[in-house]
Amino acid sequence: MSWVLIAEQALNGLQFGLMLFLLAAGLTLVFGIMDMINLAHGSLYMLGAFIAASLVQATGSFVLGVLLAVPATALAGMVLETLLLRHLYQRDHLSQVLATFALILILNEAVRLIWGSDAPLPMPASLSGPVELLPGLFYPAYRLLIILVGLAVAIFLYLLISRTKVGMLVRAGASNREMALAMGVNIRLLFTLVFGVGAALCAVAGALLAPLLAVQVGMGENILILAFVVIVIGGIGSVRGALVGALVVGAVDTIGRAFLPIAFGAFLPPQVASAAGPAIASVAVYLLMAVVLFFRPQGLFPARG
Amino acid sequence: MRKHLALLAVFLLLPLALAWADQTFYISLASRILIYALAATSLNLVLGYGGMISFGHAAFVGTGAYVASILFVEGVTSAWIAWPAALAAAALAALLIGAVSLRTRGAYFIMITLAFAQMMFYLLNSMKMYGGDEGLTLPRRPDLGVDLGNEVAFYYVVLFFLALTLYLLYRLTNSRFGRVIVAIRENEQRAQALGFPVYRYRLACFVIAGAAGGLAGALLAAHGKYVSPNVLHWTQSGTLMIMVILGGVGRLWGGVLGAVALLGLEHLIADYPVGWLEALAPNYQQHADLAVGLVLLAVVLFAPHGIAGLFPGAKRARA
Repeated sequence: MSWVLIAEQALNGLQFGLMLFLLAAGLTLVFGIMDMINLAHGSLYMLGAFIAASLVQATGSFVLGVLLAVPATALAGMVLETLLLRHLYQRDHLSQVLATFALILILNEAVRLIWGSDAPLPMPASLSGPVELLPGLFYPAYRLLIILVGLAVAIFLYLLISRTKVGMLVRAGASNREMALAMGVNIRLLFTLVFGVGAALCAVAGALLAPLLAVQVGMGENILILAFVVIVIGGIGSVRGALVGALVVGAVDTIGRAFLPIAFGAFLPPQVASAAGPAIASVAVYLLMAVVLFFRPQGLFPARG
Repeated sequence: MRKHLALLAVFLLLPLALAWADQTFYISLASRILIYALAATSLNLVLGYGGMISFGHAAFVGTGAYVASILFVEGVTSAWIAWPAALAAAALAALLIGAVSLRTRGAYFIMITLAFAQMMFYLLNSMKMYGGDEGLTLPRRPDLGVDLGNEVAFYYVVLFFLALTLYLLYRLTNSRFGRVIVAIRENEQRAQALGFPVYRYRLACFVIAGAAGGLAGALLAAHGKYVSPNVLHWTQSGTLMIMVILGGVGRLWGGVLGAVALLGLEHLIADYPVGWLEALAPNYQQHADLAVGLVLLAVVLFAPHGIAGLFPGAKRARA
């Protein structure tokens, strides 16, 4: 096991963690501020990827297509919020689960009707090669781009929430909705905007991950659960918690997948090790969450109280 | 009581009616729906009466299904051993998962129960000796003394277990135990202050529901002669929750109504072409989920207490 392999896997973990953060940030704000369980968040990720695939093909430019897909998905999210989800904020969690589960079914079928079951979104040719980061350490240029974009978005989000007026209103809404309303904050508009930002972040993650994974119906469902794990580890409503949780989950998942088979191979027959490794790595993420909740039932960075 | 017996009579006569109409294919589908009704009813005990939003109930259904199937391929083909073993294993799983999960509240409880179900999902995926992600195919249904290969016989066995579960649920929720469970749902602090050991009551409720879920799992594996990790996938837990919410949270018949409505709707759309709809949108039957989703949305917006809430007199359990 060389240092190159370790460095590569650490970067892969960072890349996956940052993409998880983009999904988790929107989810944690919607969950924390509006007290709304949105199972359809993964569907916005899927929608973003499909819109990006179409726009990249239509414009012939990867960058332009992705940049246009982000506002388009944000708009779709805001329309969804205004027409439907707004009516669910006052309902109990069970109604929200039922409604947003229904939304998953509807959006899956709508995407299937418009685009079919999958859509191609190839990697831009100029980024398909590797970059030499350090002597001897080659890393795919495209993954490097994802890391840079992820970091940039994370910093932007941090500044937006901690330094701007809108961010202050978001934090006020999170800590006490009624009080913020009484002070004259237009909560409804604010919620719609937050939802739009969440959808935009989904589109960024969906479009960037598309060339590595695949653009297909149902792609949002498994990653949605990981995003929920992230926000529960981090503490619901806390963007900082979502960042820490996402990086930890990304690292545990990637490093577990890469090194557990090797570690198991030391004392198990290779066939068993290659099968058990990935499974234990998948379990590790959930085990981590159970342990965190056991010791800190409110997550690592509770947003309230 | 008369209403319950009338509903039971409908289920009792269903195979006869289907045989008379020469639609015996639907007896197998009816068995499947009743098995899901059993699973949803067991979840309703936790979710509706106990107020614990468990997003991992498929873990117990899956435990039951896998224990029964593994016993079968290992040579224990008697349902008299396999089904009680499935029930006991699911109860044990619920005891362990519940003991940890019930320390948390609210959204965190939802997520930790989901996490445990996901762990089991991935562990079963890696169990290569029992099929791994491809699952386990059984040569036939287990031995019970009656021929379970006969669809009508199997239907009545499933109906027996569903009726038994409903009867026990009815007795349980009208007992002292049931009142305490509902009281804890309504106000945990007050129940605690009255001196009830809240944690132990909740855990007992969770274990009973898990055991019933395990029985449903064993029946499900016997019905399809097949089990795979997909039984534990989180969308299965979600589907069971949807059935309970759709049918009626905390209502005796909620799970049954939800399972019949959801699975019935899926098959109705997929199996029966409607002329004017086809003229309007050809291939609409391939997009059955779209209609199911729209119906679920309509239920949330216009029937907040589920299908059972639409009937007068069907009261929600009170403390």
